[in-house]
Amino acid sequence: MTVQNPPAIQTSVSRNGLLWTLIRFREAGISLFILLLVVAVTLRAPSFLTVDNFQDILLNISILAIVALAQTMVIITHGIDLSVSSMIGLVAMMVAFVVKQYPEMPVILPVLLGMALGAVLGSFNGLIITFGKVPPIIATLGTLSIYRGLVFFYSQGTWINSFELPASFKLLSKGTPLGLPNMVIIALFVAVIVYYFLNYTRTGRDIFAVGSNPDAAQFAGIRKQRITFLVYLISGLLSGLAAVLWVSRFESAQTNTALGFELQTVAASVVGGVSISGGVGTVSGVLLGALLLGIIQNSLTLIRISPFWQLAAQGLLILIAVISDKWILSRVERTKT
Amino acid sequence: MKAEAVTESKPSARISEFAPRRSFLASFQRWEWMLVGLILLDIVINIRLSPHFLDARNLSRTSSDFMEIGLMMLPMVFIIITGNIDLSVASNMGMSASFMGLLHNLGVNIWVAAVAALLLGTLGGMLNGYLVARVKLPALVVTLGTYAFFRGIAYGFLGDQAARGYPKAFTYFGQGKVFDSLLPFSVALFIVLAILFGLVLHRTTFGRYLYAIGNNENATLYSGVPVARIKFIIYTLSGFMAALAGLILAARFGSTRPDIGTGLELAVITAAVLGGVDINGGKGTMLGAVLALFLIGLMRFGMGLLNIQGQVQGVVIGLLLILSILIPGIAQQVSLRKGIQIHGRSALAALVVAAVFLIFFLFFFWSRAAVIAGG
Repeated sequence: MTVQNPPAIQTSVSRNGLLWTLIRFREAGISLFILLLVVAVTLRAPSFLTVDNFQDILLNISILAIVALAQTMVIITHGIDLSVSSMIGLVAMMVAFVVKQYPEMPVILPVLLGMALGAVLGSFNGLIITFGKVPPIIATLGTLSIYRGLVFFYSQGTWINSFELPASFKLLSKGTPLGLPNMVIIALFVAVIVYYFLNYTRTGRDIFAVGSNPDAAQFAGIRKQRITFLVYLISGLLSGLAAVLWVSRFESAQTNTALGFELQTVAASVVGGVSISGGVGTVSGVLLGALLLGIIQNSLTLIRISPFWQLAAQGLLILIAVISDKWILSRVERTKT
Repeated sequence: MKAEAVTESKPSARISEFAPRRSFLASFQRWEWMLVGLILLDIVINIRLSPHFLDARNLSRTSSDFMEIGLMMLPMVFIIITGNIDLSVASNMGMSASFMGLLHNLGVNIWVAAVAALLLGTLGGMLNGYLVARVKLPALVVTLGTYAFFRGIAYGFLGDQAARGYPKAFTYFGQGKVFDSLLPFSVALFIVLAILFGLVLHRTTFGRYLYAIGNNENATLYSGVPVARIKFIIYTLSGFMAALAGLILAARFGSTRPDIGTGLELAVITAAVLGGVDINGGKGTMLGAVLALFLIGLMRFGMGLLNIQGQVQGVVIGLLLILSILIPGIAQQVSLRKGIQIHGRSALAALVVAAVFLIFFLFFFWSRAAVIAGG
């Protein structure tokens, strides 16, 4: 952690700096962790290493990956978006209401609607953080309960069931016209776009600059406010997309949809090597982080750990991943300097 | 973190503002008065809206509903003042209460079980403290991990079972009143502990160190203050208080389920921040936090009397939290600029934003009405 921030500025200029090799190394660490886990689980339960099971894992982590990527962009700017779960809950409910009312509308419309609604909610976060100067953790903690309260207000405590949704909409996430479930393809597509955006566009590089040194970024002529606003807007937009997929996948919208999901997205980012103090993070790392969480969840069931102990095991593995990451990092620092 | 702490040190001109205040009266500054005003306003509005608001027995019962949050808030104020956070308190509470329930189900004496639960909670706090202070991991990350870990252990202990049938002597801690008056035991306990925590924060060297760490951790470390040990102590304390809150909540419900207290960590942090404790550390008073707790309690009670759902109440609390930071900030900006010049472009942007939110809410009500009317 000690030398993390200064070199981060270098990387936004050239990608051959110390940090780049560190990031490479970090992903090697988590990859190794995943590999060890896969080998260990396969020894106990051979059914783990099958195509079907991996497709199942991918299906389970797609939504997490999409929102974790958005969360990553926010964390890179040294912020945090705790309201993602409530945005998913609210957008899911609104989209489900509309789809129930107009079952014959083409599937693309609810997707666009969800993204638009999410973007509005996200930009509200962005506005109070940039122009209101409210610290991100407070602002999104507030909207976490505001948006969740609106879900209750909106639905009057009712929910949308599977039979109220048209089949075409349910197939949106699960259909496999391209071999893999649509949802997995959408997640990969989002990952590619985010990767391109973060690494090859000016705005994307500005996100890193704002996160590693806000003052320097400002002096360099980067519009800090605009970048900050943008990441929260994107976070809302992708949460909106995730919400539509959520309704389609689980075939229902409830008042407690995605309750507590925000912590999973932060966990996936952090386990994937995104630094909570900003400026550091990669798309591949976050995808691996989401994959690790998915594999843990899946394998705990396969090796018949009582479902009641699964959450504890997940928490413990997250802690181990973070601690070992820190340990590896301090070792690397010692050898480099 | 280290490198960042150096660059983020606050300007020296403002240090006096963060330092612990000399007299208790002087500490009663703007924000605390603001909270008192809000509390009075809330009371006046509620009296006009509901005749049951001033019922002493109602008030007594509702006040005990907030004491678990209050007990966890006291060490949280310490932690936030040092610029850290503890997201795991509610999970720790669940873990400790479930442990006591498990032991009780196994036939262990309730008092032994309660002490064991307090020890487990303290151990949980020590784990957080060790990882934050010694391993030097970011507090948010550590307590996010233990948030899942502790809650998971709670489920591991009790599964889908509940622990019931606590003896009367134990449920007194949650339901009993002091000396047969209307004052619930938990409220009395909270008042005593709040005074104790307040004295430690505002009257001792330890409290002064907390502000110092929050303002500039490196400078504090180089001044010879055992920063790591202090952080370890406050996280341990937080674990102990979470366990205590868990016992009191279990005593109040008369039963324990593993999901006991889920989500309370946000209520705890909301109360502290609304009370004027700066989330970036170095600033805040115990009095402010306690006042904010009472404000939230009274508001929730009043809205409950008006039959507003608990979750919808969250909208008001969330707005209050944001506005409590937003309004002073905007007021400061306005007074600094001395008259705002409105540029054509920013006016246009504001108009677009307003239009977008208007469309959102029109859609919100339209789609809702369509489905609810249609059934």
